[in-house]
Amino acid sequence: MEDRSSPHSHQISGAEILIRCLQEEKVKFVFGYPGGAVLHIYDEIFKQDAFKHILVRHEQAAVHAADAFARATGEVGVALVTSGPGATNAITGIATAYMDSIPLVVISGQVPAPAIGMDAFQEVDMVGITRPCVKHNFLVKDVKDIAATIKKAFYIAATGRPGPVVVDIPKDITAHFAKFEYPASVEMRSYTPIMKGHSGQIKKAVKLLLEAKRPMIYTGGGVVLGNAAEELVQLARKLGYPVTNTLMGLGGYPSTDNQFLGMLGMHGTYEANMAMQNCDVLLAVGARFDDRVIGNPGHFFSKDRTIIHVDVDPSSISKRVKIDVPIVGHVKSVLAEMNELLIAETKAPDAGEIKSWWQQIDTWREKKSLVYKNSTDVIKPQYVIEKLWEVTKGDAYVTSDVGQHQMWAAQYYKFDKPRRWINSGGLGTMGVGLPYAMGCQLANPTAQVACITGEGSIQMNIQELSTCHQFRLPIKVILLNNRYLGMVRQWQEFFYENRYSESYMDSLPDFVKLAESYGHVGMNIVNPADVEGALKGAFDMKDRFVFMNFITDQTENVFPMVPNGKGLSEMILAGEE
Amino acid sequence: MKHIISLLMENESGALSRVAGLFSARAYNIESLTVAPTEDATLSRMTIVTSGSEEVIEQIIKQLNKLVDVVKVLDLNDGRYIERELMLVKVKATGIFRDEMKRMCDIFRGRIIDVADGSYTIEVTGSSSKLDAFLEALDKSAILETVRTGASGIGRGDRILKV
Repeated sequence: MEDRSSPHSHQISGAEILIRCLQEEKVKFVFGYPGGAVLHIYDEIFKQDAFKHILVRHEQAAVHAADAFARATGEVGVALVTSGPGATNAITGIATAYMDSIPLVVISGQVPAPAIGMDAFQEVDMVGITRPCVKHNFLVKDVKDIAATIKKAFYIAATGRPGPVVVDIPKDITAHFAKFEYPASVEMRSYTPIMKGHSGQIKKAVKLLLEAKRPMIYTGGGVVLGNAAEELVQLARKLGYPVTNTLMGLGGYPSTDNQFLGMLGMHGTYEANMAMQNCDVLLAVGARFDDRVIGNPGHFFSKDRTIIHVDVDPSSISKRVKIDVPIVGHVKSVLAEMNELLIAETKAPDAGEIKSWWQQIDTWREKKSLVYKNSTDVIKPQYVIEKLWEVTKGDAYVTSDVGQHQMWAAQYYKFDKPRRWINSGGLGTMGVGLPYAMGCQLANPTAQVACITGEGSIQMNIQELSTCHQFRLPIKVILLNNRYLGMVRQWQEFFYENRYSESYMDSLPDFVKLAESYGHVGMNIVNPADVEGALKGAFDMKDRFVFMNFITDQTENVFPMVPNGKGLSEMILAGEE
Repeated sequence: MKHIISLLMENESGALSRVAGLFSARAYNIESLTVAPTEDATLSRMTIVTSGSEEVIEQIIKQLNKLVDVVKVLDLNDGRYIERELMLVKVKATGIFRDEMKRMCDIFRGRIIDVADGSYTIEVTGSSSKLDAFLEALDKSAILETVRTGASGIGRGDRILKV
């Protein structure tokens, strides 16, 4: 049926060309799942050992794992799926990466070119379906285009504001023959990301920062993705100004540093949100003022402040809030330029004003908004995270799923390094935690990797316990099991008069037996006194996957909380609800 | 406020759907959209008529620029420009309408391009508002069918959108 006409001596098949491209890109792992449309490609994978293929149990997990590999390393993650259902299963993974600007190349098989549009078996319009959730996508129509397309895909995924790129390849194209030539570079007249910020604007920003009386530095995922943590620390230390991070930005500035006010936003600390609301000059770096960060924009603007916004993506600037000093450029280069200017600068911030601003911040800190009431009878989820931080010496790769446990992880695990906190911030995808941990562990085989999850989320990709066994990944799952979809329950308690509609998790599996059935170690931890010992014991099993089922307080809530649509200073604190 | 946005994009399959998809995904208004290849066969030129606050228009321009296939974007409203749209109207041309339609066509500098026993087909070119005015001026009961191309726009004088 397919044309596999004999090649000239210098020609190789499209499938082999694809493999050679991935080798040229120095890809270490391809996360995937085989199927009809990608059989030629898998046959070539069988014949090579330049990269390792990680066989997942569901395509969604392949994309999540590739995504986590990218987040943990800064390299482009690669996933490979078949056409039709393989491709649609990948969509949630692609959309998750898109919302958090993660560089990915997702290769999907497609039915043979002549069958496209014929409602062929396992046919789906992958380019059409993914269009709204990719940075760009391609349908390869000629074997001669494979190499140039893959080169472009990696280039687009990794440069500018990073993002996922889908390359859809019909099966017959992978069987056709062509000469392999990998382009040395990419030139696209329609795609030229801006790298360097405008010098005049940077000077203006530095001047404003030095004149500030109540300054604030607010940074997001852009600092982590842009490898700009070092430059940020230098800037903040030189100025002596307070810093807050978004959920995606955690680790961009060391959490144990005294200038750090904690995370801001819906579940941010009292001091971070109050400082954000009351500052007079705000430096925003690689962050996008989203609804979970500043709450109601109208309320945010009830206070006057001058905003400087550094971002690689012009469309992130003045999207939700009006910016006074926009600086489009790579955050690393812009912060480095600011640091140079500051070193040469003779003027210093007004010491008196800055001191009284810090005094104000200290009074907010005295609220101790993250203090919770511990118990000797029932395990408090916050306590588990605190102990996890101690046991891992704050040096683990921590992934989370989505919900209350995610917020507690963000609040109580103090990240001092970038690329250690791996979670789905933008899309909020339940089920990412375990595949994220797989990507992190493969990227860092000897590192401690903890997956903080809930009993709802973990069941959304529980099949990956099998993958973890196959590849002997010594991940530690920290399941905070409260038998509720906790965040849903919390909102129902606050805003729906305790009508807990469908938020109860009944008929849960015996997680210990489940873990054991997959060849892992399982633990039930019920008593608060056993938490620390269990964690130590688990992390001492350096070559084992350990599934820890912590039975936690059912009614614990995440505080502080800025209710949906409210302003940043309208937080509900613990004990005030 | 109404804006006319011109853009040049790679003449590749799916390019139109990327622009149309952007407008629907972000809930931007789209009054008309026209697209055709240029003298350079690798490029398509698109004219989009949209409306929104200055903030929304700024976002539209930024989001269009962000599309990987888009080479250049120009908001024609940032300077002086010319706008033209073509419309074909089929009208009743019986009894009193037969002379009346010919007169209206002349007033609006249209051309009758098809004549049948009971109808004329009139071609009118001009700004979108002129075409609106023509339709307003006609007796509603006389209009059998209309088809409009959507506006095309070009900057005046030295304002040139080219790669």
